[in-house]
Amino acid sequence: MQDSKSLTSAGVAQPRRALVAVLRQLLMRPEGSIVLVALGLVVYFEATNANFLTNLNLQTLSQFVAAPVIIACGEIMLLICREIDLSVGQLYALAPFIMEFAAKAGLPVVAAMAVALLVCSLVGLTIGLITVYLHVPSFITTLGMLFLITGVTLTLSRGFPADTPGGPTLTAIMGQWGYAEFLWALAVVAVMHVVLRNTRWGLHTIATGGNIIAAAEAGINIDRIKIGNFMLTSTLGGFCGIVEAFRIGSTDPLAGGSNIMFLGVASGVIGGTAIAGGAGTIVGGLVGGIVLGVLQDGFTLQGINAFAFDIIIGAAILIAMITNIYMAGRRGMRPQ
Amino acid sequence: MSQTPNPPALRAEGIVKRFGQIEALSGVAMHVANGEMLGILGDNGAGKSTLLKILTGFHRPDAGQIYVRGEPVAFTSVDHARSFGIECVYQDLALVNGLSIFHNMFLNRELLRPGLLRLLDHKEMRRRAVEALAEIGVNIPSVDLEVGRLSGGQRQAIAVARAVASKARILLLDEPLAAMGAREAGLIIDLIERLKARGDIAIVMIAHNYAQTLELCDRVMLMQHGEVTYESAAKETSVAELLDIIRREYQAARRA
Ligand SMILES: Nc1ncnc2c1ncn2[C@@H]1O[C@H](COP(=O)(O)OP(=O)(O)OP(=O)(O)O)[C@@H](O)[C@H]1O
Ligand SMILES: [Mg+2]
Repeated sequence: MQDSKSLTSAGVAQPRRALVAVLRQLLMRPEGSIVLVALGLVVYFEATNANFLTNLNLQTLSQFVAAPVIIACGEIMLLICREIDLSVGQLYALAPFIMEFAAKAGLPVVAAMAVALLVCSLVGLTIGLITVYLHVPSFITTLGMLFLITGVTLTLSRGFPADTPGGPTLTAIMGQWGYAEFLWALAVVAVMHVVLRNTRWGLHTIATGGNIIAAAEAGINIDRIKIGNFMLTSTLGGFCGIVEAFRIGSTDPLAGGSNIMFLGVASGVIGGTAIAGGAGTIVGGLVGGIVLGVLQDGFTLQGINAFAFDIIIGAAILIAMITNIYMAGRRGMRPQ
Repeated sequence: MSQTPNPPALRAEGIVKRFGQIEALSGVAMHVANGEMLGILGDNGAGKSTLLKILTGFHRPDAGQIYVRGEPVAFTSVDHARSFGIECVYQDLALVNGLSIFHNMFLNRELLRPGLLRLLDHKEMRRRAVEALAEIGVNIPSVDLEVGRLSGGQRQAIAVARAVASKARILLLDEPLAAMGAREAGLIIDLIERLKARGDIAIVMIAHNYAQTLELCDRVMLMQHGEVTYESAAKETSVAELLDIIRREYQAARRA
């Protein structure tokens, strides 16, 4: 409409209005507001710190972000169908040990990895069966599992760290190369985004969390959906620990734990997944993880001490949760 | 009756259903033929919805037998019953508020794109949802709207449209007109009568409007405290007679 030659004050108003429209569009999306927060934080830390956007720091940042994002992909699916897994961080520590034992027993490393992931999925199956058929809330089931798995890992390892098996190429691909871990996280995000938005599994997960009776009346096997998502989350937790083990070269029996689980859940919720179930976004979980990572990394660069950092992160998560509930109401997405 | 060459589309015998201490159904029989419409009337809590949910495979009966087109069947799931052409509009409508209208209309009967990945065909589902709603003539601004934003009557129309669009051979309706305005109720009644006229579909409707049910249905069945207390061709009874039976049963129950 406006041609470039007549760029008067009226012509400036046009793009500004377009910008407002774009912003409004963005804000109406569940992950919209958090994208703006992420951009704002990056700009802030880059302006106040010369070392922020350097290759070295981006690598550090990407490594911090990867694990919570991978965990978030599972927790988001669980939150959507109104469940949660508090024990996923324990599989993060257990899986590398199982991989190591299987490799020592003579299995090729890739097969050992598969064995470890299989064990994790069986733990998820157990959680799912107890939750669904014995009607124990998953909050309780996985709290018990949290202690149980910690004990198993400590017993298996006798409390000592284990070296990660594998040749140099495999080790580089699986996590040692600077951005490998983050690329794995992006791959998991891409797959899970498609699963949530474009498959029956994703749609049925949303339906199960949105209105469980309606889902059952429509013939959806809600037990299967829940159990499957528990298995998925446990497997991703184990995968995440394995990738981390390849990056560091060894695993501590107390690695991961509740800390990584909380970061994963927080990433999902900050990203716009409804705490009350029935709605969620995987891409939001990625952005949520990036925001947490940028906060941690940025404040570390600025030399803020660890105590103050926890206060900031805690406040950020609280604000994000409040926004989450408020925005869900605004979009009319509050589940019944 | 089971010896007749043309067995009823759907028949149930001696259906019992208990929920803990409550016996919701104590030996209920029903049948409906192709081209026929059966109305089920009765008190709140009489067991009407429970009977319907047994016929859709949602609940498993504690005793009794179901026959579809003469064949004895034991439904193991809603999908199993649906494979016999049984579709239902549940009293609670079975809609997910957070999902769009078209996703709700294809809930658990999603259309997939060709290929191994089995991805959802959102476009085709949207197109067919628009078509199905246009055919009924209900006023819906856009099939992309979340169902939670619709009015009660609009939600009911979506649930009916979903059941009808799925090519049901046996259609079960639990109070399908309860929340509808006169115009929308008229549209749904027209739709039901068109389906009936086709002659190859059996319809069961639960309702609380006695006059309307007698007018619409071929046969009516009265349910009270988990039993069928009266059954008649619609032409051979009246609202007054039905209300009289209900009053008598109620008084007998009070004396007992
Ligand atoms: N899932 C359930 N669990 C326990 N009790 C149930 C369940 N479903 C139904 N009931 C009980 O069974 C009885 C019959 O209920 P039902 O919903 O079939 O009645 P209805 O005839 O459809 O009533 P209305 O006209 O109010 O819809 C009631 O006493 C009800 O409380
Ligand atoms: Mg009912």
